[in-house]
Amino acid sequence: MKIDIRNLHKDYNGSGVPALNGVNLTIEHGELVALLGPSGSGKTTLLRSIAGLESPTSGAILFDGQDALHQDVRDRNVGFVFQHYALFRHMTVLDNVGFGLSVRPRNRRPAASEIDRRARELLALVQLDGLEGRYPSQLSGGQRQRVALARALAIEPSVLLLDEPFGALDAKVRKDLRAWLRDLHDRTGHTTVFVTHDQEEALELADRVAIVNRGQIEQIAPPLALYRSPATPFVYEFLGSVNVLPVDVRDGKAFLDGCPVPLADAAQGTDAGAYRMYVRPHDLRLSEQRTPGSGALGVLQNVRLSGGLVRLDLKLDLIARPIEVELPVSDPRWSDWKKGDKLAIAADRFHLFPQAA
Amino acid sequence: MKSSLIAANRGALIAESALIRTVIVLVGVAFLALFLFMPLVLVFAQALSSGLGAYFAALIEPDAWAALKLTLLVAVISVPLNLIFGLAAAWAIAKFSFPGKSLLITLIDLPFSVSPVIAGLIYVLLFGSRGWLGPWLSAHNIEIVFAIPGIVLATIFVTLPFVARELIPLMEQQGTTDEEAARTLGAGGLKIFFRVTLPNVKWGLLYGVLLCNARAMGEFGAVSVVSGHIRGVTNTMPLHVEILYNEYNFAAAFAVASLLAILALLTLVLKTWLESQGAGNGSNKH
Amino acid sequence: MSVLASARRPARVIPGFGITLGFTLAYLSLFVLIPLSTVAFKTIDMGWSGFWGVLTDPRTQHALYLSFGTALIAALVNAVFGLLIAWMLVRYTFPGRRLIDAAVDLPFALPTAVAGIALTALYADNGWIGSILHGLGLKVAYTPVGIVVALVFIGLPFVVRSVQPVLEDLNLDVEEAAATLGATRWHTFSRVILPAALPSLLTGFALAFARGVGEYGSVIFIAGNLPKVSEIAPLLIVIRLEEFNYAGATAIAALMLAISFLGLLAINLLQAWNRRRTGGE
Repeated sequence: MKIDIRNLHKDYNGSGVPALNGVNLTIEHGELVALLGPSGSGKTTLLRSIAGLESPTSGAILFDGQDALHQDVRDRNVGFVFQHYALFRHMTVLDNVGFGLSVRPRNRRPAASEIDRRARELLALVQLDGLEGRYPSQLSGGQRQRVALARALAIEPSVLLLDEPFGALDAKVRKDLRAWLRDLHDRTGHTTVFVTHDQEEALELADRVAIVNRGQIEQIAPPLALYRSPATPFVYEFLGSVNVLPVDVRDGKAFLDGCPVPLADAAQGTDAGAYRMYVRPHDLRLSEQRTPGSGALGVLQNVRLSGGLVRLDLKLDLIARPIEVELPVSDPRWSDWKKGDKLAIAADRFHLFPQAA
Repeated sequence: MKSSLIAANRGALIAESALIRTVIVLVGVAFLALFLFMPLVLVFAQALSSGLGAYFAALIEPDAWAALKLTLLVAVISVPLNLIFGLAAAWAIAKFSFPGKSLLITLIDLPFSVSPVIAGLIYVLLFGSRGWLGPWLSAHNIEIVFAIPGIVLATIFVTLPFVARELIPLMEQQGTTDEEAARTLGAGGLKIFFRVTLPNVKWGLLYGVLLCNARAMGEFGAVSVVSGHIRGVTNTMPLHVEILYNEYNFAAAFAVASLLAILALLTLVLKTWLESQGAGNGSNKH
Repeated sequence: MSVLASARRPARVIPGFGITLGFTLAYLSLFVLIPLSTVAFKTIDMGWSGFWGVLTDPRTQHALYLSFGTALIAALVNAVFGLLIAWMLVRYTFPGRRLIDAAVDLPFALPTAVAGIALTALYADNGWIGSILHGLGLKVAYTPVGIVVALVFIGLPFVVRSVQPVLEDLNLDVEEAAATLGATRWHTFSRVILPAALPSLLTGFALAFARGVGEYGSVIFIAGNLPKVSEIAPLLIVIRLEEFNYAGATAIAALMLAISFLGLLAINLLQAWNRRRTGGE
């Protein structure tokens, strides 16, 4: 099912800050989309609005072109997996999974034996066969998560919505479940939306990632595109680490600390003025000599080894905070560099945003 | 409970000396003996002071029997009504947000801070022969005060908060996600209530009902004001105890009182058991 | 397709708000608010002079003085012994502790009339305890002291059950910290434990006091009920009603209600203050 969200607003009474502030989003049939953002960004409100658990103040939500906003939760046919699973504690795993079928109106309710069969089938799908008779309290976090998923799938939802699906799990289980969920999605083909604040999770799992901030979608793009070409300073800072450097643009050239930095083709038309340059640590290049075009001069303050990378802190005259540069450990030069060395800094790939923004 | 074990296992750094411990325990136990245990023992001792024959004679005597039946009747009417009220109030208060909520909670607690005598008085002011509706009621031959309806009303008043104040904190603490989950799975209101909410609060519910029932069967002051004290007709068991006592028929008074004491002990046993099931977080102050 | 949804919002996710709130308000009005309002209307009805006349009657004044005075003394007794018993139940292990813990609630469960006759028989001059006290020249039953005894019985669980959970939640590390800083056990108790338990102790005290002021069933048997000596305010209300002196009964009730509402307010403020002070429950 295709989901269209148009100009969705939601005011929280009294707070003055809207939870959703004009969200536009289209989710294609069979897509796996992540809503990624800091806490309080409105991502969960957006997810709950799609499910019908929240009522937006204005805007529209369309399921396959049909108005869904005025449909009751029960009629939207969404599978919702809650952050802490909301499993019914007094029911066995089997009863939890069969619940959605067993509460249907009599004329649409399958026979008890059929409910039982379907629930067992789903438990097999989520690899929990043999645990039918357990109670939620007797399961591990990862197992509960899968029961919650099976329960949501039992009603044959047209959309699957997951609120922080791995938030309550430890790191190892989280990784396993991630791969497993991706696999399940590929097999069942449900249109799936999940909320997360973990960028690694979003980038690894989703077809497209929507970055949510202050009740708006900052950018929606496939993971690689998002990482490579963040559309806003927020997305830049939110995804991975970034250095922010002041630059001037004049005559179609950018200058960092008075040294020209080549602009990419796409940035050629940039108007003259003061800009902030966003550049990732691994997109910075260091060299020992200050040659024309090699860039601004920084003083090496610190060299740290971190996994397969070397992280260097350099102090530039024009900003207070040292900037961070990453090199592969295999780069032969860094072992000769000492604290206090002056190194020239140039950027391979960066983005300019106007100073005022 | 937990911390006492920790205290026992921890070093002497934060423990009192053995002497002080012993003194504190002895003083505490002596105080409880004087004020709690001895009165309780005395009820049974006095009840049996004229022998088992007299004891059972006092219990099967027709007026005692009528008092027992009236007490049960009053409880059977007032407890279920307050149960339904408690469920409705807890549902509205715990599952939704609306202005004036804390005022509503305070109003629900109100009967606990009103003297039982005043609880009786207000129904006399309303339904008594010189009350607001008195003339109209007597014109239509309807008796409320000094009759069974008055006793039921006064009992409802004094026991009204028990179920609600037990359920409200419990249901607030459980939040609304279970109900939301049931809703997304297609369940309707009644199915959500009976299959999801009710099983989650059943122990707290029983706890509230238990305390409500104990008070309903044992209420004296409020019922005394509206009863009219007609033997065998409008006397509940506590009122019957009073009449027998005032007639200096002590053995019989304590015999009937012993039944109420057994009810109290049973209530305490069930209460302790329900607390071990996790109930009783809301209503330890009433 | 309407893009503006505000015209027709979907219903609340969880059903039943209207019907349960409506029922709650109707039931509460029918059984509590409307009946209680009769006291206010009747009081207004009798006018200021009528109201004042009742309250300046020496018999009324003594009954009110007695009810509030004995309730205050009983609540003070309970504050001391209730704290001690709560401490004993939380911190010490001794045979019968669980039984005693359960028994503390007896006054909640035992009908007040039963408690009244039992305490009277116990503390009367020929009773198990009364005879001993009588030998010492002390008279308890049929005096104001007897009223205090009954109110101590009624009020004890309020203090114990208010303080007990707070003592259970006390962080033992803090006490150990105090000890490592050189505090004696008494210092730790008076400077660390007692301040932490104080709000709950005050709450328990206030609840026991409020209950004691209005208590009737357990008191009338042991009090003796002599006008201007051992006649409590609730009993005077009953007597005025039996004399069909509705105004007299209502004036006393109105004053007691006003004071207990102030008490309720005080308890709520106390609990709010405590929540603020300790940063949430």
